[in-house]
Amino acid sequence: MSIFDDHKKLYPIAGLLFLTLTIIVVIAPALTNQKNNAPLPGSRPLSKSEKAGKLVYIAEGCVGCHSQQVRNVEMDKMWGSRPGMAADYANIGRTSILQNTATLMGTERTGPDLTDVGNRQPSLDWNLMHLFNPRAVVEQSIMPSYPWLFEIKKEPAKWEVVVPVPPQFLGGKEGKVVAKKEALDLVAYLQSLKQVPLPTGTKPMEFLFKTKKAKVAAAGTGGGEAKADAADGKALYATNCQSCHQENGEGLKGAFPPLKGSPIVMGENLELYVDIIMNGYDAKPEYGVMAGVGTNMEFNEHQVAAIINYERSSWGNNGKKVTPEEIKKIMDFVKIKAQQ
Amino acid sequence: MFNKIKIQQLLLTFFLMQNVLQAQSSKNYFATDGIDFLNLTLLLIFLGLIFLSIRKYLGFEKISNLVTKANHFANGHKNVRMEFANGGHHHHHSDGGKKCDSDCNNSSCKGSKTLGVIALLMFFSQGVFAQTNKMSDFSDLLSQPGIIITIVLMLIPLFLGGIFAIIKAQDSIRFLYAGKHKEHEGHDIELKNSRTEFEGLSNAGASQENANLSFQSADADILEGEDLIFNVSNKHEVHFTAVKKRSVKRPSLPPDITKLILWYLGFSVFWLIVGTGIGEYVGIKFVLPEADSISWLSFGRLRPVHTNIVFWGWASLGMIGLGYYVVPMVSNNSIFSIKLGWIALLCTNLMIIFGTICLMAGINNGGGEFREYIWPVMALFAVALILTLINFFMTVARRKTKEIYISNWYIVSSIIFTIIVALTAYLPFWQDGVSETIVQGYFMHSGVGMWFTLYTLGLLYYFIPQQLNKPIYAYSLGILAFWTQILFYTIIGTHHFIFAPIPWWLQTVGIVGSAGMIIPVVAAVLNYLMTFKGQWHKVTNTYTVPFFFVAVVYYFIVSIQGTAEAFKYTNLLWHFTDFTVAHAHLGFYGIITFAIWGGIYTIVPRLTGKEPIQMLVGAHFWLAFIGLLLYTIPLSVGATLRGLMWMEGAPFIDSVVMMFDWWLWRAIGGSLMFLSHLIFMYNFYQMTCKKNLELEEA
Repeated sequence: MSIFDDHKKLYPIAGLLFLTLTIIVVIAPALTNQKNNAPLPGSRPLSKSEKAGKLVYIAEGCVGCHSQQVRNVEMDKMWGSRPGMAADYANIGRTSILQNTATLMGTERTGPDLTDVGNRQPSLDWNLMHLFNPRAVVEQSIMPSYPWLFEIKKEPAKWEVVVPVPPQFLGGKEGKVVAKKEALDLVAYLQSLKQVPLPTGTKPMEFLFKTKKAKVAAAGTGGGEAKADAADGKALYATNCQSCHQENGEGLKGAFPPLKGSPIVMGENLELYVDIIMNGYDAKPEYGVMAGVGTNMEFNEHQVAAIINYERSSWGNNGKKVTPEEIKKIMDFVKIKAQQ
Repeated sequence: MFNKIKIQQLLLTFFLMQNVLQAQSSKNYFATDGIDFLNLTLLLIFLGLIFLSIRKYLGFEKISNLVTKANHFANGHKNVRMEFANGGHHHHHSDGGKKCDSDCNNSSCKGSKTLGVIALLMFFSQGVFAQTNKMSDFSDLLSQPGIIITIVLMLIPLFLGGIFAIIKAQDSIRFLYAGKHKEHEGHDIELKNSRTEFEGLSNAGASQENANLSFQSADADILEGEDLIFNVSNKHEVHFTAVKKRSVKRPSLPPDITKLILWYLGFSVFWLIVGTGIGEYVGIKFVLPEADSISWLSFGRLRPVHTNIVFWGWASLGMIGLGYYVVPMVSNNSIFSIKLGWIALLCTNLMIIFGTICLMAGINNGGGEFREYIWPVMALFAVALILTLINFFMTVARRKTKEIYISNWYIVSSIIFTIIVALTAYLPFWQDGVSETIVQGYFMHSGVGMWFTLYTLGLLYYFIPQQLNKPIYAYSLGILAFWTQILFYTIIGTHHFIFAPIPWWLQTVGIVGSAGMIIPVVAAVLNYLMTFKGQWHKVTNTYTVPFFFVAVVYYFIVSIQGTAEAFKYTNLLWHFTDFTVAHAHLGFYGIITFAIWGGIYTIVPRLTGKEPIQMLVGAHFWLAFIGLLLYTIPLSVGATLRGLMWMEGAPFIDSVVMMFDWWLWRAIGGSLMFLSHLIFMYNFYQMTCKKNLELEEA
C-alpha cells in the first residue's frame, strides 16, 4: 500500500475525505436550513428587556440543565402543546460579535424543559422567588440559587420590585429582597418563552410513541374508577399546582394562598373554583396573581375534575366529589364568560 | 488475501446497512412488532458463534495454562518459560496450526478472522433492525436490544475483574501449598532459565523477520531477551502486593526534547488536578445545592469550566506531550522543531486560563457543549494545533523509515481533522437557527471522536505493541479501522439530537452511522486484543499494561454503548438524562485518561531514569477504576429509572427526588477518582523531581 509510505498522499487524502464528509453532513445542510426556514407569522422578536434576559440566561449557563426543545414524542407532551419545528428557531441569529448563535436546545434535562415555560409558569412573584432561592418555592429543588441577581434593602424605593421571600431564606439578613434589573430581565425572557401557535389551518406534527398510560390520562377518570382518579389528580396537582400551592397544600405566606381549608376549595361555588383553575385569579392583594393554568395547559373536564377531587380530599380537606359531566357544563360556561 | 477480506466485508456491510436503513425508514416507522422469540434465539446463536470463532484468538484455552504458570510468580520468581510458551512462534506451530501467527500471513487465519467479525456484526445488526416503535412498559425493558447490549457491556468490566480475582485467589492458595517446596523449585527454575535463553533469542529473531512492519524503528527491545532477567531473586519474602516488572533503561533522548515532553505532561497533570477538583465540586452540588452562592462558583458556570479544563488542559496537553515522544520515535528521527512545541504549549495554557476566567465571569459562546470558550480564546488553541501539526508533519516527512507507522496516520490525521472541526464550529456563516444545532452535534461528536479518540488510538498503536514486546497483530485491520472510523464517525454527530427539529434524513444518517461504528471499533479492538494474545501475563506483571488494557476494553464498551444509545427506544429512554453524563465519563475517563496514564508511566521513567513506587501506581489504578465503576453504574441505573418515570408522565420533581441517591453515589465514585489523581500527581513527582529513586541499570 504505497499510500501509507507517502505522507504527501496519505494526509491530504484523509483530510479531503474528512472535509468532504463535513461538507455533506454539516455545512451544506446547515446552509440550506438557514436559507429555507422563516419564523412563524405569529412570532415576534425579543424585546430589549427579554434580550438582556437571554444574555443572563446564557451567562449563567442555564442550558446545562434546561433544554428548550419539544421532541415529537409522546413523553415530551408535558413540555409543549405541539412538537417543535425548525421555524421555531428561525429568528435566532448570532448573539454578539463574541458569541455564537444560541438556540439553547440543550442536551440535558436535570431541570424541566423551558420551551413553553412562559405559559406554564407566568407568575412574576413565583419566578423571582424561585431565582432568589428555588427551595423557597420547591422544597426538593436542586437548582442553584442566584442571590447576586437581587439586593437586600432595609427600605426599598417605591418603584422597586420587592420579592416576598420567607425570612428563613434570607440567611439571617434583615430587610427586603429587591430584584435587580438582571433578575427582572431574566424573568421577562422566561415569560417570553411560549410556543407560537401555528397559523390557522396548519396541522402540527404528531407526537409519536404514544403510551398506554398517556391514553388513560387523556381519557381521564371516566368509568368511576376511584383509585385511578386519586392517582391522576395527585400527579396533575404535582405537575401544575404544587410549585405555588405546595405539596402540603398550605401555600406560601404572602405569595401563594393555602388550599388546605380554603373556602373556595371547600365551598359550594363550583363555578368560581373551575373559573380560577381555567382562567386564573387576581382578587386578593396579599397574594400574587394566578395565571390561567387550565387554559394554558388545555385541561379537559376529566383532568379538572381529578384536580378538584384531589384538592377536596387531601390535607384534611373533606369536600364533595365532583363528576366530569358536571365540570364539563361549567367549563363550557366559564369559557364563554372568559371570552366576553 | 487482503482483497478477499475486503470483498467479504464490503458485501456484508452493504447487506447490514440495508437492514438498518429499512428499520429506520419512515415506512416502518409505526411498526408495532417488538423483538420476538425468534430474534432472541438468533441473538443467542450469534453469541455462541462469536464465542466459538474468537475463542481461540483470545486464548481462552490458555487460561488454565496461565493459572498453573502464574503460581510461580507467587514464589517471587519470574518464570521465563512462560514468556516463550505464550509468545514464541514455535509453540504456535506445535499447536497444529490452530492459532494464527501474529503477523497473520496464513489464509485459514484470515478466513476465520473475517468470520469472527461477521458474527459480531450480525449480532449487533439484530439489535439495529429489531427496532420497535411502540412505547414499552417496564416489563418490556429487558427485551429491548439496546438495553440488553448495554447491560452486557456494563457487565464486561465486572466480569474481567471477577476472572482476575479468581486467578489471584488461586495463586494465593497455591502459594501457601507450594511454600514448602520453594527452595528446590527455585533452583529448578534457574536451570531452566539459562536453557531457554538461547531458544528465546532465536525465536525473537524469527519474529522480527516475519513481522513485515515498521518496527525497524528505535524499538530495539522487541528482543524479548530483556525480559529474561528481571525479578529473579533467591530471597523468598512475602509481598503484600505483587512485584511488577521494573521500567527498562532506554537510550536517553536529548535533554531539550525531554524537557519539552516533561513540561507538557507536567502541565497536563496540573490541569487534571484542577479540572477534576472542580468536577468533583460540581458533582457534590447535585446533592448539596447550597454549598455556596457565589456567582463565579455557581453550577452553570463551573460545569463548562470542568469539562473544558479536562478536555484541553489534561487530555490534550497529555496527548500532545506523549505525541512528542511517539511521533519522532516511530519515524526514527528527531523532532522537527523544539521551539514550535514550546509556543504551542504556551498558547494552550493561555487558552485554558483565559477561557476559565471568561466562563466564570459569565462570558461564554452561547451554550453549545464543549463550544463554551469564545472564539478569541479558542483561536489560541487553533494556533497551538497548527504549530503542532507543522511539527509532527515535518517530523513524519523527514522520517528514516520507508512506511509511515500506523500511529502516525492516526496522530497527524487527528490534528488535521480537529482543525477542520474547529473551523466548522466557529465560523459564523452557517450557524443561524437550527443550523447551530446541526453544527453543534457535529462539533461535540467529532471533537471527541476525531481529536481524542483518533489520537489516543494512535498512541495505543505504539504503546501496546511496544509494552508487549511484539508487533501489532494485523496491519490490514488497522487500515480498515482507520478509514471506516473517518467515514462513520464524521457523519453521526446528529445522533445527539434525535427527534429534535433538524432534518430527519440527517438523524437517520446519524443512527445508521452509529451502527456502522461497529466496524472500526471491532476491527481496532480485535487488533489490540490479538496483540495481547500470548502476553496476557503482562497485564498482571507490569504496572503500565493494565492501563492500556482498560483503555482497550472501554474503547469497545463505550463505542458499542454509543451505538446502542442511538437506537430509537434507548434514545427516548436515556436522552436528556444523566446516562449521557455516565457515557461521557466512561469514554473520556475509561479510554482517553487511562491511555494517557499508561503512556506517562511508560515514558517518564525512560526520560528521567526515575520510577514511581509500584504500590502507589497500583493504588492509583484501582482507585481510578473502582471510582469509575461507582461513578458510572449507579448513574446509569438512576438515569434509566428517571427516563422510565418521564415516559410514564410522572411529575418532574419526583424524578429529581428519585435521583438523589444515585447522585450521591456519583459523588462518592468521583471522590475516589479524584483521590487517585492526587496519588498520580505524587507518582509523577516521584518520576520527575524526587532525587533518590534512580532507575537501576538493566
